[in-house]
Amino acid sequence: MIDVIIDVTVLAFLTITAVAIVRMTNLFAIVMLFGIFSFLSAVMFIGMDAVDVAFTEAAVGAGISTVLMLGTIALTKDRKEKYPGGHRPWLPLAVVIVTGATLVYGTLDIPAFGDLNAPSQKHVAPYYIEKSMEDTGVPNIVTAVLASYRGFDTLGEVVVIFTAGIAVLLLIGGRRRKSDVAGQAGEDDDE
Amino acid sequence: MDFFIGHYNYWIVIILMMLGFYTVISKGNLVKKIVGLNIFQVSVFLLYISIGTVTGGAAPITTEGVVLYSNPLPHVLILTAIVVGVATTALGLALVVRIKESYGTIEEDEIHECDHSL
Repeated sequence: MIDVIIDVTVLAFLTITAVAIVRMTNLFAIVMLFGIFSFLSAVMFIGMDAVDVAFTEAAVGAGISTVLMLGTIALTKDRKEKYPGGHRPWLPLAVVIVTGATLVYGTLDIPAFGDLNAPSQKHVAPYYIEKSMEDTGVPNIVTAVLASYRGFDTLGEVVVIFTAGIAVLLLIGGRRRKSDVAGQAGEDDDE
Repeated sequence: MDFFIGHYNYWIVIILMMLGFYTVISKGNLVKKIVGLNIFQVSVFLLYISIGTVTGGAAPITTEGVVLYSNPLPHVLILTAIVVGVATTALGLALVVRIKESYGTIEEDEIHECDHSL
């Protein structure tokens, strides 16, 4: 029961934060609220037993993303959204409502939240849970899958991050024409 | 009622997703667009982890005497996705900085005006 209460409360907080982000015009406030959003989602992940994901989301999602966004506002020196109304709000609203309705229609077939007999629980997951300890000797199943069974996946991830880091450096790393700050941000982005 | 409780998570996550999507397509400020993109992304993470949750399951760390664990596979996929997501965010923000240098603005409408006046 307590699980459900935490779940509902945190989801409510998440929704309030997201609505506030959509409606606000002060960019600094928007970025800070996004940090809060990220931390709340980390709480949500802990509630759903995904401790590793919560850890990463709190460190990388809430930490580094927020810092990068703050750096961008500092560099661009824009503090406010100039046209808060957006351009014609009706078309985007219609698109969003249609997409949302389609997705909700799609969820009607999904097994209920927490269902042990859902197809996603029956495929390779039982193998990982039963065998990962004797196969790899790592008690944390997520680590075992990430670094051992799906090691090449993680290698691919490193390639993606490396490419993004190089692209960021190419975009803003070498330029010190306007100010020295731009070059420093390029080094920060390289993580 | 059971159906409602069983799908409540998914529906709220879809609402969050649509809030992020709306920010991306309707707001003109590029930093705000990227924040919207991140909200969308986090909602997708929440959807995946929701699908992997097992009622009464423990966190997937092998422990004596525990038989029921949550599904570790979505956790692994989302761990990868979070890190890749930060890489794409960094790239997007670098583009915003470059756009500011070249156009002197990060508002979409003003950027379009600059392009037409060329």
